[in-house]
Amino acid sequence: MSRTAHKSKRTRSKPRRDASKEVSVPLPPPTPKRFYGHGIPGVDPASLAGKLIVVEGADGSGRSTQIARLVSWLEGEGHPIVQVGLKRSTLVSPELEQAKKGNILSRTTLSLFYATDFADQLENVILPALKAGFMVLADRYIYTLMARDLVRGMDLKWLKNLYGIALEPDAVFYLQVSPEILVQRNFMKNQALDYWESGMDLGLSRDMFESFKLYQARIIEKFQLLQKTYRFTIVNGDRSAEEINRELRARIGKILLRGKQD
Amino acid sequence: MNATFGEAGFPGRLIAVEGIDGSGKSTQVRLLRKWLERQGARVYLSEWNSSEIVKSATKRGKESNLLTPTTFSLIHATDFADRYERHLVPLLKAGYLVLCDRYVFTAFARDVVRGCPLSWVRKIYGFAHLPDLTFFFRTSLEVSLRRILDGRQKLKYFEAGMDLRLSNDIYESYRIFQGRLLEQYLAMSGEFGFRVIDANRPVEVQQSEVRKIVVDQFDLENYRMPGLSL
Repeated sequence: MSRTAHKSKRTRSKPRRDASKEVSVPLPPPTPKRFYGHGIPGVDPASLAGKLIVVEGADGSGRSTQIARLVSWLEGEGHPIVQVGLKRSTLVSPELEQAKKGNILSRTTLSLFYATDFADQLENVILPALKAGFMVLADRYIYTLMARDLVRGMDLKWLKNLYGIALEPDAVFYLQVSPEILVQRNFMKNQALDYWESGMDLGLSRDMFESFKLYQARIIEKFQLLQKTYRFTIVNGDRSAEEINRELRARIGKILLRGKQD
Repeated sequence: MNATFGEAGFPGRLIAVEGIDGSGKSTQVRLLRKWLERQGARVYLSEWNSSEIVKSATKRGKESNLLTPTTFSLIHATDFADRYERHLVPLLKAGYLVLCDRYVFTAFARDVVRGCPLSWVRKIYGFAHLPDLTFFFRTSLEVSLRRILDGRQKLKYFEAGMDLRLSNDIYESYRIFQGRLLEQYLAMSGEFGFRVIDANRPVEVQQSEVRKIVVDQFDLENYRMPGLSL
């Protein structure tokens, strides 16, 4: 008995989380869903019970770190999660990878190739998961694809029609990081800049460092343009991972409670 | 509606052939190519679904039945864009006569029959100029089915529209699916000014008509190699 007493004393001095309060997992209230355009033939958006949360941002914006933390937090809270990202479709990802290596595809082709990859995951992963009530965390969505295409001179109206198949997410967080900080974070990670993330195919500068900064500034510009139509939440990504995560959790917490952000 | 290559100021011209499977269009376009080459014209023939990089994905998608109407549409648009940007446009700028075994109209017909909205599909292909001449090889379903079966005994899954679950019987499905495609083609015929060829007739008779239309519309002198006299 003395052991029990000792334990309870310890509990008093250093308060433990009360497990009885964590037993019930609140079901996020349903909110109406809609496609941006005609959507996917035969899919009724009202049948999609789960939440779709998107995190956008350049390489080095801390996207992956944030998503990993969010997944662990949300699962800890008792919510089932499915993760998706670009270039992960069974249908075209090997060819897309190969095409990027050779840099042989022109802009319309690359754009449509990525759209195919997106559509494949939308139909085979995202929509079924949402239907089953899962929360889907997307590591980038159509906005990155659109921003990249816009920088390469594709027409906004054309892109909006193309992505009329996409489902409007419950929240989109864009981690906006200034190009200078982005460069430093990329160097911390790999000591090298990525060919495509530096926009080298555009011929902005033969100097990769210069090209990276010019290209990323243009991407930010396009994201701000897209923000006007798609109204995603711009998150200041220049801050520490902890600060960013606190903000994301607070915002997602609202969705879990009320079904939507605001 | 988009301009044709001629209207858009390209020195080359594009001739497309369209028709349902088994209409004999591929045979006709090959014969036309031979003849144009013999006339000394610079000719290039581009086939639907033939872009090297995209083909393996389409093949895998079809084999493992991964394709939905949306991805079927997008992967064919990707294939078309690749051929359009890398082959068709540069060759047309260089003054070639480009022959296309199927063009955007194939997508317009197939994707709509599979349930994609017409305006969505048309806008996706909005980057492409229209052909300067489009032949439509019109056959009855019975004739086209017989040609397909004579050639290779078996119907292909997607050619028969089996993904649409129209019927469990592949021949019945083929008839329904190709019939719907034919309806789509006929609906587009006036809008895009198709030259309709009665393809129930012998190959030679059709080929003569095709050649005549081509020489009436184009001065073949313009498509010879510059600096070479024949």
